[in-house]
Amino acid sequence: MDLDVQHTAMPHPPTLTGAEIVWATLAGEGVSTVFGYPGGAILPIYDALRKFPIHHVLVRHEQSAAHMADGYARASGDVGVCMATSGPGATNLVTGIATAMLDSIPLVAITGQVASKVLGSDAFQEVDITGITLPITKHNFLVTRAEDIACTVREAFQIARSGRPGPVLVDITKDAQQATAVFDFEMSKPRAYRPHPMLHSGLGDRNRALELIKQSRKPVIFAGHGIIQSGAEREVLAFAERHGIPVATTLLGLGAFPASHPLALGMMGMHGESWVNHAIQNADLLLAFGMRFDDRVTGNLAHYAPNAKKIHIEIDPSEINKNVKVDVALIGDLKEVLKSLESSLGKQDPTSLQDVGHPQSGGSKEGARGLATETWDQTADATRAWREEIRSLKGDASVRDIINLPDNGHLYAAHVINDIWQEAKAAGRLADTVIATDVGQHQMWEAQYFKHEDTRSLITSGGLGTMGFALPAAIGAKMAGPDKDVWVIVGDGGFQMTAAELSTIQQEKLHINIAVINNGFLGMVRQWQEAFYDKNYSNSPILSPDFVKLADAHGIPGTHVRERKDVVPTVTRARTGSETFLIDFVVEKEDGVYPMIAPGSALHEMVRRPTKDPLLETSED
Amino acid sequence: MLHTFIALVDNKPGVLTRVASLFRRLNINIVSLTVGETEREDVSRMTIVCDAPENAAFRVRASLYKLETTRNVDEVGRSEAVVRELCLIKVAAGPNAPHGLQSRTQVFELAQVFRARVVDLAPDSVMLEMTGSASKIEGLIQVLRESGYEILEVSRTGRMAMRRGAHSSKVMKALGSKAHQTVFDGNEDPDALDPMDSLPNQFVEHET
Repeated sequence: MDLDVQHTAMPHPPTLTGAEIVWATLAGEGVSTVFGYPGGAILPIYDALRKFPIHHVLVRHEQSAAHMADGYARASGDVGVCMATSGPGATNLVTGIATAMLDSIPLVAITGQVASKVLGSDAFQEVDITGITLPITKHNFLVTRAEDIACTVREAFQIARSGRPGPVLVDITKDAQQATAVFDFEMSKPRAYRPHPMLHSGLGDRNRALELIKQSRKPVIFAGHGIIQSGAEREVLAFAERHGIPVATTLLGLGAFPASHPLALGMMGMHGESWVNHAIQNADLLLAFGMRFDDRVTGNLAHYAPNAKKIHIEIDPSEINKNVKVDVALIGDLKEVLKSLESSLGKQDPTSLQDVGHPQSGGSKEGARGLATETWDQTADATRAWREEIRSLKGDASVRDIINLPDNGHLYAAHVINDIWQEAKAAGRLADTVIATDVGQHQMWEAQYFKHEDTRSLITSGGLGTMGFALPAAIGAKMAGPDKDVWVIVGDGGFQMTAAELSTIQQEKLHINIAVINNGFLGMVRQWQEAFYDKNYSNSPILSPDFVKLADAHGIPGTHVRERKDVVPTVTRARTGSETFLIDFVVEKEDGVYPMIAPGSALHEMVRRPTKDPLLETSED
Repeated sequence: MLHTFIALVDNKPGVLTRVASLFRRLNINIVSLTVGETEREDVSRMTIVCDAPENAAFRVRASLYKLETTRNVDEVGRSEAVVRELCLIKVAAGPNAPHGLQSRTQVFELAQVFRARVVDLAPDSVMLEMTGSASKIEGLIQVLRESGYEILEVSRTGRMAMRRGAHSSKVMKALGSKAHQTVFDGNEDPDALDPMDSLPNQFVEHET
């Protein structure tokens, strides 16, 4: 049987089984890769797969299927698709779906369900998955009839990718998969996308925003995930350059603004550099672009940016004034709002605004996305004093940085990440490098020491903070971009949560570079226990297997690295090889991530990095 | 403070759960929730009264809109709207009533003053039906209690609300109607509250 998926209405649409309709609709939506795991209630769908040009990646645990689809979506910008059977298959997806929900990732999860006549009877492997996932999906569906499958799956894609993106689950009963229906892709088009009725930014709001920008002497742009979601990287860069506004970045915004740009400040928040947070506390205007003032970003709200007016550009109206009360809210797609802001600006008297550093086209410096950062006029004086003030806020920060301390013979995670970055940069592969991280200390070190120049170059679980995310997400990213150098940066704890996917890597014959940052602890837990629980290391020391032997058991080569001098050569070996390579970086056990803002502290009350090497300090005592 | 929202939602299974779950997630207690059919087969109408801080209304409304099954949300707390509630009250009265002396006639008189109707009469009780604003219903219950009557049962529907005048073009649009469409020029906020729309939730009755 040869099924031709057409995008135009068919004169004689074919009659297919529900299972075939699932694949035909996915193919029609442009899906080429699906991540999943078969089981009883989804067997008809797996049986029909052979007739369709879609690649299915067999995972080792359904949670990983959701993370892979998530990583695929983050790397490509397309909707990621995962699949699981009813009952335990579906519940195993939950963590992955919640991860996508918290980070607004477009995802479609398809689950099998028991036959419609036994729904609600506690049939074998039955679980109310639409009920379970109600608060962690943007929307979900239960489909009980074959003729509803095409339009429901199409609507799921539309919901997943429109507005503020998010995961959508479609639960399909086994009898719906087995029944037949007429399939017409074009006729199954969902009703027109209905934008959120509160999506609007009036001229008055825009003018108020422009007025605030005009009056500001100490502005800071907050670059959030929304920039990447909206595809507004160029617009933000042009806006920042035009007004000479420094840019601080959220964790998920890393890569949305080139780190090497003279206006780039770096990551803000709990583990942001001291000068970034001081700049925010001293600012007189915050321009929040596609971010949601998460508690990890603001610290104590009572003392947050006390002198700053706030302009919030956001696609989800329910985020306005949620955590931080703003002066002007521009609700809408960031790219569109920035365009309309700039056009309102054009109508104003050009001399009324300090029009500095007008962006020019040309120049293809890596990471600058076509806009010539080197031609940006750094001497422009509108915010020059402010930028110099921020520079002075850096103080001795760079002296305190472990990277700049004399080598004491110990290997620090910061060294490893810095060297992975330097190595990619030296090899000219920075624009083609994607990093997937887990959650914890290594994630923060990655954010601090890997300088992301390009959009979609960092894949990390920000909102939910899911351990075990890195390895499967990297597999998804590699499937989305086979020519990219994909690195997994993962702790020894998180790696063990989804290490079974090493087997998936081998089955798919993928080349992924795995850097395990191994300190023998659940590092961030240990750091909090050190700081807030009297060093009572309750269940944070973790025994790990020999990761190199574990990799070897999967036919994956690897090596341990214990000294700084071995880092770069091993990283090069992994990157330039033809297959997956695992490096077990045995790093300093009780190293901490600094600067750090303790929960409940204000943004400027950070614990700085120690001024001297902590180990040398200890040895002097 | 009390907020009153009217949500026009898809008339499909599971929609009530989504709406209720949203309030649960926001940790807001629902005071009353009425759901019923509307002039359109595919649309249900919910009147939701909840107790939430003053500044929560915007977020509740924005979150309600985020549900894929929601077509329109209106907050009528600050606009001119008719808000009604139906209440059934069973009062112990009559010769066999526990306190013997309580007279039916007095109950009938009270009912007349409050424009309540007597819908059932039993040897030891009287059932009253009353439609009105919540404050008026509470008024009747209070007077009954203070007059020494024993209230055996109370069943209230919760508030239902409807704006005065025609459907706004925004609502018609949300319902998919071709008529009444107006084009906003982008300078005007279709959701902005009319400064004149500052009437409180409870207002003077105009009973007919």
